[in-house]
Amino acid sequence: MTAASYSRRKTRNGIWTVLAYAATALGVVMLGIILVTLVWNGLGGLSLDVFTKNTAPPGVVGGLLNSIVGSLIMTGIGLGLGAPVGILAGTYLAEYGANSRLASVVRFINDILLSAPSIIVGLFVYELLVVPVGHFSALAGAVALAILGAPIMVRTTEDMLNLVPNTLREAASALGMPRSLVIRHVAYRAVMSGLVTGVLLAIARMTGETAPLIFTALGNSLFAADPRGPMSALPLIIYEFARSPYAEQQKLAWTGALILTFAVLFLSILARVLSASVRQK
Amino acid sequence: MTATALQSPSAAQSAPIDRSRALGRLKSLDNGFRWLTFGAAVLILALLLGVVVSLFIGAWPAFREFGVGFLFSSVWSPPKEQFGAATAIYGTLVTSLIAMLIAVPVGLGIAVFLTELCWLPLRRPIGVAIELLAGIPSIIYGIWGVYYFRPVMQGYIQPFLISTLGNVPGIGFLFQGPPFGYGVLTAGLVLALMILPFITAVSRDVFETVPTVLKEAAYGIGSTTFEVVGNIVIPYTRVGVIGGVMLALGRALGETMAVTFVIGNATKIQSSILAQGTTISAMIANQFADADPGLFTSSLLALGFILFVITFLVLAAARWMLARMQLKA
Repeated sequence: MTAASYSRRKTRNGIWTVLAYAATALGVVMLGIILVTLVWNGLGGLSLDVFTKNTAPPGVVGGLLNSIVGSLIMTGIGLGLGAPVGILAGTYLAEYGANSRLASVVRFINDILLSAPSIIVGLFVYELLVVPVGHFSALAGAVALAILGAPIMVRTTEDMLNLVPNTLREAASALGMPRSLVIRHVAYRAVMSGLVTGVLLAIARMTGETAPLIFTALGNSLFAADPRGPMSALPLIIYEFARSPYAEQQKLAWTGALILTFAVLFLSILARVLSASVRQK
Repeated sequence: MTATALQSPSAAQSAPIDRSRALGRLKSLDNGFRWLTFGAAVLILALLLGVVVSLFIGAWPAFREFGVGFLFSSVWSPPKEQFGAATAIYGTLVTSLIAMLIAVPVGLGIAVFLTELCWLPLRRPIGVAIELLAGIPSIIYGIWGVYYFRPVMQGYIQPFLISTLGNVPGIGFLFQGPPFGYGVLTAGLVLALMILPFITAVSRDVFETVPTVLKEAAYGIGSTTFEVVGNIVIPYTRVGVIGGVMLALGRALGETMAVTFVIGNATKIQSSILAQGTTISAMIANQFADADPGLFTSSLLALGFILFVITFLVLAAARWMLARMQLKA
């Protein structure tokens, strides 16, 4: 190997290394800028009014109370519908189906649903629940959120149940426990925090979704707690106010964005901590 | 227990009956649970099927009216009841292409940095931060895009592109027209930012499946970092990286919120990527709520159906590749 080729290799390595550093710097700086502007603009509008007052027409001091409550209600109902389906389907994949053909098809379809465009889910629920009923409703929004959240729980539940050592199942079966009791009292209990992880990740996803709510829950400028009618949600109000020409509404949009981001980040961090504790065991 | 024992004339006689009854109940509970989980799994299948069927039924009037021409017509005129999908499909593909052109090299660069170059104690924190960023709701990117990125595009980047690349023969037509700030390029760049953490997280995971021995062997015979990445890491993980990239493409194609704010929502195809345009999802988000029932609504549903088919193909290919990668790992 000649000295020339040696130095050429070194230079090439140097150039690519610099490019990798540059890519990282670019990515980190841009994402950093987004977070900083978010905090900067959001903190300015953060006050008690945000949590105690409803959204108001321009000129009146308003808050985000109805949207926050709406988000909580819809995520709650969505979770109530999606969590049982998600966890049970995940259980089927890990415990009963395992290598069957049905299980592999469900796994594949679930992976598709996991990253399917959320606006399509919105269209589906619109056709399913808004058109027949004749009006928009929070219930429809919640169903759309459930459809987006369930695949996450299917995936995590299956992954987590697969971590349960088979010896544990065999020991329980040897005592004469039927399969369902083994699953519910031994397997679930062994990875309880893992199942919670899936639920938290699903909540994080459901809280942040805007597109499927636009033509299911629609939004509502008044305080609404009846899931049969239209309801506001945090992402919906951000979408509406961010396009508003009024400064105070734009400010509220930023504050809402900040609250939303922190809620999502908090849930994801909690989920990570919990899942790390399962894997360590 | 004592109560039943006292009531029954002979406890010794009734015990086996109780026992078999309890066993029977246990068995039916056991079966019930099994069928419950089975039902939930089938429901997941039914969901996807339901999406396909309901979108197709909703889209049928538009498909029947316009036929295959719906795919290639760029007309979008609600008053005349003439609709075509070409503008939206074009915008969807171009914004995604721009996003991938930028996010893939940068994302892979960051992944290489994280797996090969980064100071060890910093690897985990930066990796975790990027994974967290991948979960941030897309509307955040949208609102940032319209308030901060759009003015920068309008004031600096677009005028610069117009005055430099705009005059280059061959590709000049891509960079012409007035700088609005809103437009296809702006949307593509915001999309790039949105999928960047995702690409980084997936490709870092894939890079980490390379056995350390392989890399050490290459370093041991005197390879440079670049040579290890180029000759060991990338070839070993090629399928997985492509799978991850396609997964990101699936996201970019279907993304609504990061795009709607900044693309300008103009329903015509223009050659310049600085011009305003639209995507399938942006069009649905903007027009669906106040669309008249009939052909207008049906055409939007048809757009949704087309988007679903495109993303389904991309995601299916991505999953297939990632599954192959897992077999290897």
